[in-house]
Amino acid sequence: MTGEGIREIITVGLVLVSSLMCFAAGVGLMRFPDVLSRLHAATKPQILGLMAVTAAIAVNNATIGTFALLTAIIIFQALTAPITAHMVGRAAYRSDHLRRDLLIQDELSVSVDRVEQGNVATAPGGTPPEGPTQDDRPSGEQYS
Amino acid sequence: MSPDPGGRRISARSQIVLLCGLVLLWCLLWGQFTVLSVVSGAILAVVISIVFYLPAIDLSGRINLWHTAVFLVRLIVDICRASIDVAWLVIDPRYQPSSAILAIALDTRSDLIMTWTAEAISLVPGSIVVDVDRQESVLYVHVINVKTGDDLDDFRASVFATEKRLVMAIGSPADVWRVNQPNELTRSARRGKN
Repeated sequence: MTGEGIREIITVGLVLVSSLMCFAAGVGLMRFPDVLSRLHAATKPQILGLMAVTAAIAVNNATIGTFALLTAIIIFQALTAPITAHMVGRAAYRSDHLRRDLLIQDELSVSVDRVEQGNVATAPGGTPPEGPTQDDRPSGEQYS
Repeated sequence: MSPDPGGRRISARSQIVLLCGLVLLWCLLWGQFTVLSVVSGAILAVVISIVFYLPAIDLSGRINLWHTAVFLVRLIVDICRASIDVAWLVIDPRYQPSSAILAIALDTRSDLIMTWTAEAISLVPGSIVVDVDRQESVLYVHVINVKTGDDLDDFRASVFATEKRLVMAIGSPADVWRVNQPNELTRSARRGKN
């Protein structure tokens, strides 16, 4: 009886934590000023929220099958959420969807500038590069 | 990353490790660890790695269980702490948006360690990897809620600490040597080389 009660209380606590995290993610999506900050709010607290919900399920239904499936869920979420955030963030930076006035330091733009100038200096046959395209940054070479 | 005499053998060993990973995943999905699921998983893993061929992952062939445990526990603690931080930031009415994009030059030369480091720091709320320079192992990280230069230095140090934990766990001996050197030394040396 008491064991069941403790289990209930733990479940309630975990579900509460998880819903708070999802709530925070939603509010952050509305409140934060630009794409990159919104990504923080949208993709991050939900990891803890998901972990809390899965833990609640595991507490309530403690079988090996459940544990296994929940582990797989967390692993997949933990692997894919940062990649989603990275791809969206990268696209946002390249298409200039960010508030540069809110950045106290931007070292990526420094690198981009350096690479662009390097390309101007070493352009073969004096052919000018076609304007300051952001694809010229070194990371564009990652498939070479 | 450099081709060494034992390269083929190490690569075969990483293949087996990855196959075991696939089998484990299959068992996790079925939620049972019976002979049937292991055998069917093994067959499926072989078929998948032949049909959906991908370039071989360069595992270092070294794993330290203690450091791996340290890394995982620390990662979970970081996720919890930072999730609460970001959640509070969202609700805090006095929050003034202020963020930064930092170029962080890692010590490692391994693609795998770089990927895992990027994953780990992206998982921890408050930082997103915006771009990656694979040639020079530089991560461009967007950090939220930083106001002063000290905050930036703290964050940089935390990324290096993550990288170091990871390398101590699964990095190659060369990487372990590298992360144990004073930072300025190896990084400036590598800058010169590149």
